[in-house]
Amino acid sequence: MREIGAPAAVVGALAQALLVALAAPLLVGLVRALKARLTGRRGPDPWQPYLDILKQLRKEAVISTTASWLFRLTPFVLVATMLVAATVVPVLVTRPALSFAGGIMLLMYLFMLGTFFLALAGLDSGSAFGGMGSSREVAVAALAEPTVMLAVFALALRTGTTNLGTVAERLGGEPALAAHPGHLLAFLAFFIVMLAETGRLPVDNPATHLELTMIHEAMILEYSGPYLAMIEWASAMKLFLYMTLLINLFVPWWIPTEVTGAGMLLGMLALAGKLVLLAVALAVLETAVAKLRLFRVPELLAGSFALALLSVASVVLLR
Amino acid sequence: MATSLHVLMALGGLTVGLLGFTGWMGDARALDVPWLVPLSGLSLRMDPLGGFFLLLVGATTVPSSIYAIGYARGARRGLGAYALFVLAMAVVPLAANVPTFLLAWELMALASYALVLTDDRDPAAVRAAWIYAVMTHAGFACLLSGMLLMTAWTGSLTFADWRAAATTLSEPARNLVFVLLALGFAGKAGVIPLHVWLPAAHPAAPSHVSALMSGVMIKLGVMGILRVGLEWLGVGPPWWGVVLMLAGTLSALGGVLYAAVEVDLKRLLAFSSIDNIGIILIAVGAGFVFHSTGLETLAIFALAAAFYHILNHAAFKALLFLGAGAVVHGAGTRDLEAMGGLIKRMPWTSAAFLVGALAIAALPPLNGFVSEWLTFQALLQNGRIPRPELNLVFMLALAGLALTGGLAVACFVRAFGIAFLALPRTEAAAGAQEAGPTMRAAMALLVVACATLALTPTLLLPPLGATAARLLGDAAPSSREDLLTIAVSGDFATLSMPVIAAALGLGLVLPFVLLRVGHAPSRIRYYETWNCGRLLQTSRMEYTATAFASPFRRVFDFLYRPERVVEIEAHGESRFFVRRMVYRNPTRSLVEDWLYAPLLGAVRAGTARVRAIQSGSANLYLIYVLAALLVLLVLA
Amino acid sequence: MFRQLALTLRVGIATEPPRSFPTLPALPLEDVGPRLSAQIQRIFGRSLHIRQVDAGSCNGCELEIGGLAGPHYDVERFGIRFVASPRHADCLLVTGPVTLNMAEALRRTWEATPDPKIVIAAGDCSRDGGIFQGSYAVLGGVAAVVPVDAVIPGCPPSPAALIAGLLDALGRRS
Repeated sequence: MREIGAPAAVVGALAQALLVALAAPLLVGLVRALKARLTGRRGPDPWQPYLDILKQLRKEAVISTTASWLFRLTPFVLVATMLVAATVVPVLVTRPALSFAGGIMLLMYLFMLGTFFLALAGLDSGSAFGGMGSSREVAVAALAEPTVMLAVFALALRTGTTNLGTVAERLGGEPALAAHPGHLLAFLAFFIVMLAETGRLPVDNPATHLELTMIHEAMILEYSGPYLAMIEWASAMKLFLYMTLLINLFVPWWIPTEVTGAGMLLGMLALAGKLVLLAVALAVLETAVAKLRLFRVPELLAGSFALALLSVASVVLLR
Repeated sequence: MATSLHVLMALGGLTVGLLGFTGWMGDARALDVPWLVPLSGLSLRMDPLGGFFLLLVGATTVPSSIYAIGYARGARRGLGAYALFVLAMAVVPLAANVPTFLLAWELMALASYALVLTDDRDPAAVRAAWIYAVMTHAGFACLLSGMLLMTAWTGSLTFADWRAAATTLSEPARNLVFVLLALGFAGKAGVIPLHVWLPAAHPAAPSHVSALMSGVMIKLGVMGILRVGLEWLGVGPPWWGVVLMLAGTLSALGGVLYAAVEVDLKRLLAFSSIDNIGIILIAVGAGFVFHSTGLETLAIFALAAAFYHILNHAAFKALLFLGAGAVVHGAGTRDLEAMGGLIKRMPWTSAAFLVGALAIAALPPLNGFVSEWLTFQALLQNGRIPRPELNLVFMLALAGLALTGGLAVACFVRAFGIAFLALPRTEAAAGAQEAGPTMRAAMALLVVACATLALTPTLLLPPLGATAARLLGDAAPSSREDLLTIAVSGDFATLSMPVIAAALGLGLVLPFVLLRVGHAPSRIRYYETWNCGRLLQTSRMEYTATAFASPFRRVFDFLYRPERVVEIEAHGESRFFVRRMVYRNPTRSLVEDWLYAPLLGAVRAGTARVRAIQSGSANLYLIYVLAALLVLLVLA
Repeated sequence: MFRQLALTLRVGIATEPPRSFPTLPALPLEDVGPRLSAQIQRIFGRSLHIRQVDAGSCNGCELEIGGLAGPHYDVERFGIRFVASPRHADCLLVTGPVTLNMAEALRRTWEATPDPKIVIAAGDCSRDGGIFQGSYAVLGGVAAVVPVDAVIPGCPPSPAALIAGLLDALGRRS
């Protein structure tokens, strides 16, 4: 493994976390703007989420008398997990600074840590909507877990590692490894899981006002002011990280392996290009499909699990 | 007097734990007392595996006993049984011959039976103790028959002799012994479908005893399986490991699925123990498979993962049971639907229970994550085995483990959220008192244990690997010098817990500091929960435990097969004027309906027929005696 | 799915450009409160989250407000969005004469909204009771329950008038 000094690792980690933190709301805004255009509206500015977050930071926080210290801790936990996850996912370089700290399992369980606290916060205020959102959210998260593990397992079998950076590096270096039916199947399975975990259509509608159709939004109905800003920001980072992970694990070309000026520029352009393409695909999908009834979502997740199982089977049998 | 006994037990636990630690590190000891036990006398040997489990017994006894000082409040009942229980559990890992082992095993079962019966006015507890007694003795029968067969075939009652003579036995003979002994040990460990006693017995016992039963006693069943399959019978065929892995996957999934819909807090924790035993068995089974296909390094790794999870589970399950005991103490009920709002009434207990819930849900940066990660990595290595049918089994285990992980998160969000958060659902919960100082001290000890186990995997893995190697008969693997990071197979996977913990800490502090600097929020105002402007906000508007579990009941309805029971009591004049309506939606246990009910029914039918020979006539009985004598004379 | 996408691409953006709004009647907005200060306009100028409250209206105003989110008027291009929870909101857009049954609910919604916040009363009913003025079942205007910052008159106010009123409140029209 490449040895990098501790100070360089810390600086690199902070820089990557900062980049993800700053870029995430733009991605959310872009998807929203594209969705508006696809429905014939002029739509909001792609930079609108920044304005929303900045405005929320200046408002007061109204906290329920029923809630406990957990309610106030949760936004910080969410932001912390997203920031740490941002240092583990290969974003600009194949081996982010903290990639040695853990692989796909660490990433998935960091997201689960955020979900755990958010679900508790939904229950904390004692409202029926919050409890309903928590119940649905943990059910969806639980059913999406096996798919992720199997999809990455398929990749790990091909590249011989579960370290995300190393997977990106190996696939990037040998494109032939990706020319395999298992790769495509794993990509599709992971895409569906991404929709489920980040709360996009057809699993959950991020723009709904009907509480009975909410999953993620229902848990945050009680949040206001800076706490709401932190939670929205953490959700944006989650979407960014999932999309980046999808891109950099399955389409890992033109990612620089060394931290050089020209390399960074190329990496940023490549990432931006791929993210825009994926954002367009996401916007088209969200505009075209309707939200699934809640009790049909497990069927969708079971389908993605079958895809992941097929991908692993194909990798094992076609060795 | 009760307090002094518990203090004595705590000190004894400490001593035993330290003794076990030295044994685990390689300090072998022996003790023989020929006259204490019939047949071949008491014989104790401490090898690294025995030392490890002795450490487990001692280390878990310390917080349990400290807790009991406050929990039992001087009650004399069950003191002797408690002392006997711990003593028997301490002897089992060290037993070196059949009589010692079986005697200690039976004493452990009898003592825990007495402890389950602590509250013998409760019919549920009496029934639980009965089921426990029957199941443990059915297991004992399997153990007895297996061990007697081994004694007959190897000609010795000592386990060391069995290890030496294992190669002389035929394949079918070893398979038979393995099946019998594994069944007996699996019943004690609570593997599905032999688990039916666990959810009944653990809630009935006092909480510190439940902590010991879940944290230590069921692990002794796993120890038995390890000794049988890897030591006493030599190298076995791969199907042993496959069966263990499949049973483990079944237990893991079944345990967590039943826990996710359970409304009794301690029963929920009992099912969760079944889940974790399943996870441990998956790792153990993987070790078995690697061992039988000759991949010794991977076998050591898989077994080390299993040992780590044994340690972790003892720590966080004991913490959860002690916390549940404090909650039951304070709120006066085990029913989740009657709790709520305890985080404000019992802050220390809530914090401790939260740590336990985070740990058992395998979330970073706590210890459950480390052992789950190790188990995953061990399973992911199966690519080295060139046999597709074994790869398929590993794949199933992997998917099952991943599903279990997600469901465990959901289960403990529910357990903690409904019990501790929002408004109290009953008067009793509203008036709950915080636990006493000794109870809190015991829980604090276990929180520290969880944190330590989380941050020191690099220190713990080498001795665990050495223990596994000794068990398998291999040389201990060389250890890396890196204090921060665990590395698997070079570049395959790395994990650095201290870095993760530090990064999360920094991630928590950074936004906090930034908000302070920016004077945000400008103000914090407290107002009622948003309820759409409704005029009333009571605990009746909160989500219930049953409602929280309803997505699972729907998705897994083939397992739960819930039945709707609606009883409507109408006024005399017209059935449209309802006086009272009762709605129940209980889940049914698949195992009880499909396995035990038919089995018990067949046994009852069979015994009903056999009862015919009990005619009551003394002359007929004399003829029976004559017939038996004739048969014996012919056979001898 | 493809048919819908093809339709979208053929029709294009259907949003009415904002330059048509200055031709609306001279004063669609009556500034009745002291809270619409420059500071508020600075905070909410580019991002306003609205929680619409129906305090017993006939739903005529709601239908017009519903048109705001559609392609033709598209209020989201100004950074204005409708939200579900008052905790997320900056502005309460209240319609209806405030019936006795909804008075307490309206007050609680206002209390649940974090500061700084503004209240805009839409429609003649919320200004002074409208056609229900003097009825035994209404309080006669939103100002009887919560402090009102601006009123958009009309029975019902057209979506264009609503947008003009909102932009005026945010100081963005001229």
